[in-house]
Amino acid sequence: MIRKLRVLFAVATVAMSAGFVVAPAHAQLVIDVNKGNVAPLPIAITDFVSADAMGAEISSIVTADLKRSGLFAPIAKSAFIEKISNPDVAPRFQDWQVINAQAIVTGRVTKEGDGRLRAEFRLWDTFGNKQITGEQFFANPQNSRRVAHIIADAIYEALTGEKGYFDTRVVYIDEAGSKTQRVKRLAIMDQDGANKRFLSDGKTIALTPRFSPTRQEITYMSYESGQPQVYLLQIETGQRELVGNFPGMTFAPRFSPDGQKVIMSLLRDDGNSNIFTMDLRSRNTMRLTNSNAIDTSPSYSPDGSKVVFTSDRGGQPQIYAMGADGSGATRISFGGGSYSTPVWSPRGDLIAFTKQTGGDFQIGVMRTDGSGERILSSGHLQEGPTWAPNGRVLMFFRESSGGPKLYSVDLTGRNEQPIPTSGFGSDPAWSPLLE
Amino acid sequence: MRRIAAITRNPVAIALLATLAVAGCANKKNNLPNSSSELGLNGGRGAGAATPGSSQDFTVNVGDRIFFDTDSSAIRADAQQTLSRQAQWLQQYSSYAITVEGHSDERGTREYNLALGARRAAAARDFLASRGVPSNRIRTISYGKERPVAVCDDISCWSQNRRAVTVLNGAGS
Repeated sequence: MIRKLRVLFAVATVAMSAGFVVAPAHAQLVIDVNKGNVAPLPIAITDFVSADAMGAEISSIVTADLKRSGLFAPIAKSAFIEKISNPDVAPRFQDWQVINAQAIVTGRVTKEGDGRLRAEFRLWDTFGNKQITGEQFFANPQNSRRVAHIIADAIYEALTGEKGYFDTRVVYIDEAGSKTQRVKRLAIMDQDGANKRFLSDGKTIALTPRFSPTRQEITYMSYESGQPQVYLLQIETGQRELVGNFPGMTFAPRFSPDGQKVIMSLLRDDGNSNIFTMDLRSRNTMRLTNSNAIDTSPSYSPDGSKVVFTSDRGGQPQIYAMGADGSGATRISFGGGSYSTPVWSPRGDLIAFTKQTGGDFQIGVMRTDGSGERILSSGHLQEGPTWAPNGRVLMFFRESSGGPKLYSVDLTGRNEQPIPTSGFGSDPAWSPLLE
Repeated sequence: MRRIAAITRNPVAIALLATLAVAGCANKKNNLPNSSSELGLNGGRGAGAATPGSSQDFTVNVGDRIFFDTDSSAIRADAQQTLSRQAQWLQQYSSYAITVEGHSDERGTREYNLALGARRAAAARDFLASRGVPSNRIRTISYGKERPVAVCDDISCWSQNRRAVTVLNGAGS
């Protein structure tokens, strides 16, 4: 959809000679996301130069993305001294130093002859007096928001050294109506709440959508056959299919990291639930657990070698880890209270979970052996963490008056943000970075 | 104290129960009756009109639902009484197939509660089967915490939502 060209701009400025090569983020201007308490970086994001309102719109989307990350403090435009009219020329750095902008973003949006949008941006180091990076993109005009998110990702990556997560989408359950008869529909939106559309008709309950790590595909659970079962849905074509031909309820699906398998729970006739996988190509199924207990909410490690899951085999829901073949299941949650919905970080280093203790629900993370538990968010009724693809931010849902709402929180726990959805939402699942 | 006991698909009963639901939510008592007959509704306007063998008869006079303790699928003594009455009735009116719906309260995650609701439905099914209802007449389904009957946010509501409801298939709707 969007062709991305990394352009090594030959910039005509006094400071830079022709043939200047884009430098990596240099030592002075780097946000260390591993530090516990990061002061947000003051950054000036100027309106992109354009013949219409598109330039200001792109700038505002980039600004919103970076601000919500908690790592950046975009400076109000009213404080700007210099007005950027030619983004190919270095800004007057001293004008930006005065307002303490550590970095400046300039850019331009133009229409190509073939109707495509051409968007360019440059990121400047104010106190280093130089360009940090510059790129240009071509896209269909209807993808202008994506262009803005891609630019925000590039800025995030240049200044943090980590991949961004703004050019992503979220599938979730849109909820409407009274709690006793609530309509629960599959919906998809951009990570910032824009471009929402429905993926199911709402005639029957749909729950727990999860993104494929490799395709524009989701797996979810639906009551449409009368029996709750796990389905696959191709997002672009709307094509759906049942996963497997199991005799009972199937639920709590997730993809394997290679996208080739769905792992899920299958209800046994005796009322207990065990974990199975189904290979989407061969259709072969494999049983991973066989306990007289509820085994559910499985999640693979990113290398595919392990699975974490919820089980009440010890009396109450706790988190267990086992080999991907079902071997060696070991309890890893010991923090007091009950634990469920473990989700392995895409970086592999942490497991996010929902914890219940006393009357509270908490979203937290622990290391993969269960140590180092940290609670990131507490609330009356909240659950269901999902990771941003860079493993730095979680999204989850919290029951509020009238219905559930989506929130994000970063790994410091200090930056919790509501996700602006229209209507109520639950069960968010973050996509990988879009292609 | 009157409080919610059953939601039926019968319009008369629904109108009655809508008012009871308010009282139920305000009440903190934990030990809920399992049928409306225990509520003293028997012989009142709801039950008196019920045709023997009708779904209204089943709901009002037998009791269509049982309740569970927190995070448990054990059939309590009061629930055993209700299920025994259900089994007796279902053997008398043997043309009915049934669906046992398992539900949970909201104090748990969505996926776990789907499993818990399923376990409750299975426990109720197994009890009915042990009392002589042929298992090929019984289907089960779990709604987890997705279909509460009581929506106030306290213990009395949670206890009403932890339930298994026996629904007569094809009998009224």
